Amino acid sequence: MSKRIGMEVAIAAAEAVALCRIDVAAVYPITPSTHIAEHLSDIVSNGELDAEFMTVESEHSAMSAIIGASTAGARAFTATGSQGLMYMHEMLPVASAMRLPVVMAIGNRAVSGPLNILNDHGDIMMERDAGWISLFAQNGQEVIDMIIQAFKIAEHRDVMLPVNVSIDGFILTHMVEAMEMPDQEEVDRFLPPFKPFETLHPDQPVSMGAFAGNDIYTEISKSKDMALVNSKKTILQVWKEWKKQFGRSYEPIESYKTDNAEILILTMGSMSETAEIAIDSLRAKGMPVGLLKLKLWRPFPYDELKKAVKGVKVLAVIDRAISYGGSGGPVCGEIRSALYDERNRPAIVNYIIGLGGRDVTPEDFMMIAKAASQAEKKAPKDRYVIYGVRE
Amino acid sequence: MVKRKWPETWQEVNPGCIVFEPGSASEYHTGTWRSQRPVWNNNKCIKCGICYIFCPEGCIHEGTDGYFYADLDYCKGCGICAQECWPAAISMVEEG
Repeated sequence: MSKRIGMEVAIAAAEAVALCRIDVAAVYPITPSTHIAEHLSDIVSNGELDAEFMTVESEHSAMSAIIGASTAGARAFTATGSQGLMYMHEMLPVASAMRLPVVMAIGNRAVSGPLNILNDHGDIMMERDAGWISLFAQNGQEVIDMIIQAFKIAEHRDVMLPVNVSIDGFILTHMVEAMEMPDQEEVDRFLPPFKPFETLHPDQPVSMGAFAGNDIYTEISKSKDMALVNSKKTILQVWKEWKKQFGRSYEPIESYKTDNAEILILTMGSMSETAEIAIDSLRAKGMPVGLLKLKLWRPFPYDELKKAVKGVKVLAVIDRAISYGGSGGPVCGEIRSALYDERNRPAIVNYIIGLGGRDVTPEDFMMIAKAASQAEKKAPKDRYVIYGVRE
Repeated sequence: MVKRKWPETWQEVNPGCIVFEPGSASEYHTGTWRSQRPVWNNNKCIKCGICYIFCPEGCIHEGTDGYFYADLDYCKGCGICAQECWPAAISMVEEG
């Protein structure tokens, strides 16, 4: 039976990882993901979980260690964010190219410089092309659920790819929330023991991570891309199984009050929770506005996006990161490109908000909705707006 | 059936590009990268074996006659043997 709990989300994340009966965790602590590592380390040292907790000397080593552990057949986990995530950057495409089903929780935090420990999505956006499946949690419940789902998705024989779960730093990681924590029996029923595709073992020698020259690198890259694209099928299937067993539903793009909406706001992560309040208020005033919550960042849900914006006049994409000198918000750049070939695509406006931990309030979304409603008649002067910047 | 050294198409790439055959790296003839090859002048060679010691590929071996030969399947033409050969018995010759 699931238990109703009130718990800090990072602690709950560690509890969820333990319920997945991991064999190895290698973590280097970094704010705001530190409590995940600390609590997981407690669970292991208290003897509640039979796992190896490696106190590595860096995030580069943390990722390398779980790659190694995974090749030996272990279910492996790490957690990090911001500078730590960037420090392990080199090893991320290795994990995906080797098709190792490791799972990482990311306490999203702005990247230096200037040094800042608070939330935005600048860290994960820099790892966009690493070949990982990338999920965004909206609240504590989704953190627990997505971590457990992540192992099942990652280890599925049709997938075999690493998965990361983005958890907004402080806004989620340090928040005490009311959540349903599944029990061990339920998680065991959902998540079977890890059966690796192949392991490094002296009795049956194989090479993993070998050199590949120009004669095969292209084919390998294509096979990796197709693995990620095709993983969506399994993700949807795992989410269906999750709903059947736990009653909570997950979709690549979740709609909130989108019936007859002319204006849609698209958000990711914890902002979605805030935006819902604004939508409720605007709907009460009769404004035809709705919300799209992007939960699956990679593989990008093209079909679901096209379906979700059908008949909509304006789409306001909210980014919590900047692609400097480029598309403005990285998510909006992607969405513009995804909808370019659509005959009746909505006018698209892009707002960059909440950088380096700046508060995002329901009032901000109300302002954005009002400004966006003008975009259908008159295209905005700028391709993107850094919302609330003092000038 | 002709045994292929590696997958032909992307569909044939196995997950994680795992190599299931131990020691199969030797089938990959890295010597195809070479633009120059070492040629020994055995009139100058004193059979000291310094070329054998310094070859970073380990592709130089001693023949039954005591002179040294490069396995051109693996020699990348780096020229270290020619550089280290103090009697100057090795010269690097352009590949055609």
